Amino acid sequence: MNAPFEGIGASVRRKEDLRFISGRGNYTDDINRPNQTHAVIRRSDRPHATIVKIDTAAAKAAPGVVAVYTAEDLAAIGGLPCGWQIHSKDGSPMNEPKHPVLAEGKVRHVGDPIAVVIAETKQQARDAAELLVIELKDLPSTATVTDALKPGAGQVHDNAPGNVCYDWHLGDKEAVEAAFAKAAKVVTLDLENSRMIPNAMEPRVALAEFDRSTSDYTLYTTSQNPHVIRLLMGAFVLGLPEHKLRVVAPDVGGGFGSKIFHYAEEALVTWAAGKLGRPVKWTAERSESFMSDAHGRDHVSTAQMAVDAQGNFLALKVSTLANMGAYLSTFAPAVPTYLYGTLLAGTYKTPAIYVEVKAVFTNTVPVDAYRGAGRPEASFLLERLVDAVCHDTGADPVAIRRQNFIPRDAFPYQTPVALQYDSGDYFTTLDVALKNADYAGFPARKAAAAAKGKLRGIGVSTYIEACGIAPSAVVGSLGARAGLYEVANIRVHPTGSVTVFTGTHSHGQGHETTLAQLVTSQLGVPFSQVDIVHGDTAKIPFGMGTYGSRSLAVGGSAMVKAMDKIIAKGKKIAAHLMEASVEDIEFADGSFKVAGTDKVKTLSEIALTAYVPHNYPITEIEPGLDETAFYDPANFTFPGGCHVCEVEIDPETGVTSIVNFTAVDDFGRVVNPMIVEGQVQGGIAQGIGQALLEHAIYDESGQLLSGSYMDYTMPRADDLINISSATENTLCTHNPLGVKGCGEAGTIGSPPAVINAVVNALKEYGVRHINMPASPQKIWGIINAGRMAAE
Amino acid sequence: MYDFAYQKPSSLADAARALASDADAKVLAGGQTLIPVLKQRLNKPSTVIDLSKLGLAGIKVSGDAVTIGAMTTHAAVAASAEVKRAIPALAALAGGIGDIQVRNRGTIGGSLANNDPSACYPAAVLALGATITTNKRSISADDYFQGMFTTALAADEVITEVSFPVPARAAYVKFKNPASRYAMVGVFVATGPKGVRVAVTGAGQGGVFRHTAAEAALGKSWSAAALDGVSISPDNMNSDIHASAPYRAHLVGVITRRAVAAAG
Repeated sequence: MNAPFEGIGASVRRKEDLRFISGRGNYTDDINRPNQTHAVIRRSDRPHATIVKIDTAAAKAAPGVVAVYTAEDLAAIGGLPCGWQIHSKDGSPMNEPKHPVLAEGKVRHVGDPIAVVIAETKQQARDAAELLVIELKDLPSTATVTDALKPGAGQVHDNAPGNVCYDWHLGDKEAVEAAFAKAAKVVTLDLENSRMIPNAMEPRVALAEFDRSTSDYTLYTTSQNPHVIRLLMGAFVLGLPEHKLRVVAPDVGGGFGSKIFHYAEEALVTWAAGKLGRPVKWTAERSESFMSDAHGRDHVSTAQMAVDAQGNFLALKVSTLANMGAYLSTFAPAVPTYLYGTLLAGTYKTPAIYVEVKAVFTNTVPVDAYRGAGRPEASFLLERLVDAVCHDTGADPVAIRRQNFIPRDAFPYQTPVALQYDSGDYFTTLDVALKNADYAGFPARKAAAAAKGKLRGIGVSTYIEACGIAPSAVVGSLGARAGLYEVANIRVHPTGSVTVFTGTHSHGQGHETTLAQLVTSQLGVPFSQVDIVHGDTAKIPFGMGTYGSRSLAVGGSAMVKAMDKIIAKGKKIAAHLMEASVEDIEFADGSFKVAGTDKVKTLSEIALTAYVPHNYPITEIEPGLDETAFYDPANFTFPGGCHVCEVEIDPETGVTSIVNFTAVDDFGRVVNPMIVEGQVQGGIAQGIGQALLEHAIYDESGQLLSGSYMDYTMPRADDLINISSATENTLCTHNPLGVKGCGEAGTIGSPPAVINAVVNALKEYGVRHINMPASPQKIWGIINAGRMAAE
Repeated sequence: MYDFAYQKPSSLADAARALASDADAKVLAGGQTLIPVLKQRLNKPSTVIDLSKLGLAGIKVSGDAVTIGAMTTHAAVAASAEVKRAIPALAALAGGIGDIQVRNRGTIGGSLANNDPSACYPAAVLALGATITTNKRSISADDYFQGMFTTALAADEVITEVSFPVPARAAYVKFKNPASRYAMVGVFVATGPKGVRVAVTGAGQGGVFRHTAAEAALGKSWSAAALDGVSISPDNMNSDIHASAPYRAHLVGVITRRAVAAAG
């Protein structure tokens, strides 16, 4: 019997799932170290205040308390660094106020950490934290970008006048103005991209220990990128050299971006472990997650499209205010600029684009990358604007998209906003999506819905995203303070099994399966003989981690490069063993053959020879079969596609139900179709969550009103439907696998499709736009206002 | 959670004595509110008195009444063939509370003693004109609910059972809060031995209340159409990020009509 096909293209079952669904995962909170202490953090309950006094005496005297620390105790360590530096229009660098590990002098958002109590038990630490006497004097505060920019608004940072972090722009303003001047019509849309709270299933945890005998620190943390944490925390906060700091990110239960960033708690427990000589563990309560995990999105924008009389897009002008929150989180400045402004061409050949983005400090939790990061904001703005063009000009939403698509033969396509798309075919994904969604049958379904008193609407979005982040030279020139290559170490063991050490990190994506499939295809090693190791700086040479749908496109490509080295070395060994010249050795399906002969050596035989080099070209090559490669991508990858959403609205209650959802995506080569479908479904669930349900709501002063699941509407199974998912792929032209990435597409393509459908359903009420989430209350308000106007 | 003493009395008299002797004691029924509140350190009882050994669980159906022991879980009520036969709306209500875990722990007595303004059971008790029996007395539904989280229960009073007269027709329809899935507006309508009664939970600032205008209209004609023109003032409605007072008032109308239609 032939072995089942388990290489690239096979829907192999996820090998990690047995561990996860049987409770045998090893999450950070599952780890406990001998003599461990427990940290509890006392956080601000005020949005903005001066710290008048902190009295720690009673807390320090409480039973079991080992230490109480405030900012005063941390004077010798640095603030949390920001990984990007954006420059404003005038060339000046962004305002970059210090982000202290514990609040210094002022608190700037609800949840800002003020003090940490470390005790023998968590219960004792909690008890003592309540005994801290903290006197705060309220300062004027703001929660929204519009309020923060008003004259006289409370200043979040003394060194960020007017609460402005930067005032950035991209594109050709003059060309845009010229196009606007000659346009038949300019369509303007004001819109917001709602603020989101990531809500990974596993809350953040940090556990650090210090070995006095070696001066080695180990930090176990819920991170998507342990090497990045080691670099940021070691070099910038604590002043620890890499060889004395090990960062382990074991099984991680979801991140969605929120576990990319270096957080205060990581530095705090690591520093305290050194100070105390005992392990220190901190585990977030869910309510802490709401007020301390970086939030996502939160844009207020005005978008304008100039069109000619035939409906051709002439120019796009966008002005966006982006909420940074109270401090700059690790990647925050890059999200509304290089992951947003550069995406505004979308799938269209719009010849001139100009975007300006003002990043604004407010008294809210820091905002940073959240699944999609900038790209959902771009696609929502653009795809809503296209539908607004249709609303204002009477154009057909499908026809106008097709008319303005970048032609199939125009790739590589240079956009007016810096990116060069290598490949894509927006016509095919649109056509297949319309067919799969039975777009043509919509009028009949709408009539049937109307007969039962329901308002039915359909919405289309065509999206592009940039992932496979990122070419180091490019991002360096744009302000990144790190390179964004990836690293792989392929270790072929003496008997031919393989361990892969990857710098990417899996926190739900299924890398242990997908990456093993690459080895099966490239080296012909059976799937069961391949293990993937990630998430430990002591095991992995280096790595930049997982975000921006980069693991396969960048991390997988690094693996291919390392495997190429394995094959090249194997050929030399095979040539020696079979007494042939290296040029005559062919490698396929796990075997080295002498071309034109039946002489063959398997990879296992070559590996054994490499480790037992009795008969070996020892003067030419070293023993062993273990290769490492760093891969720096030549370009971003550009997944794209079309999402079609159909909704039904109950006009009596305002409740929107998704009745059909169709996704047709272009992900380049697909390694595991089942995992890809799962990623699409999960992403769309989050996209529908943003469009209809989720919303981080602050009151005017900066109190978080949606601070628990009693008020923050997470999507549940019964909010969703079966999603029709398919791919129509064009290959990436610049990476060895032809892969593009699929992790974020669902959150990028779906929100505008949903809102376009909702607006379409409410057409008869004169609705032109609705901001997310399209909650029952909001829709009822629109319908009711329409009724009242009619009466 | 703060430290507390724990008692599990084996007689109602012992439970009442323990409650009477300690003003800071709290009763534990199914714990679906109390345990989360304790975990969040929002309550600091001296003693938690667990009622699970008092034999208060069970369902009895006589000809004209369904009597449910205070410690009967929502799941047991939902699954009871006798309740489904006698008052299907009550079984359906119990089957729609929270999730499976909540229904397998949460009890009718616990729900009524807590009187959460968004709880489902108070609507059934008030609309069906049920009688609440305690270790001391019987209390009619109309006298029992006294505002948000407030009831007629004395400090040392423990609910033992709840008796529901079997209605001719009844239905409960709930519009859930999108986030918490508690009732944002829940309406129980009933007609039967106690007359036409409409009880609304989730919407009012004072907790469950009777919608008297709807009762008057339905008393003349039991039909959804009879409710046309009946409205309720938003003045005493709750307002939060999910539903303003006017939206809640509007939903009371919609959900009442749907409940009457469902009752048939």
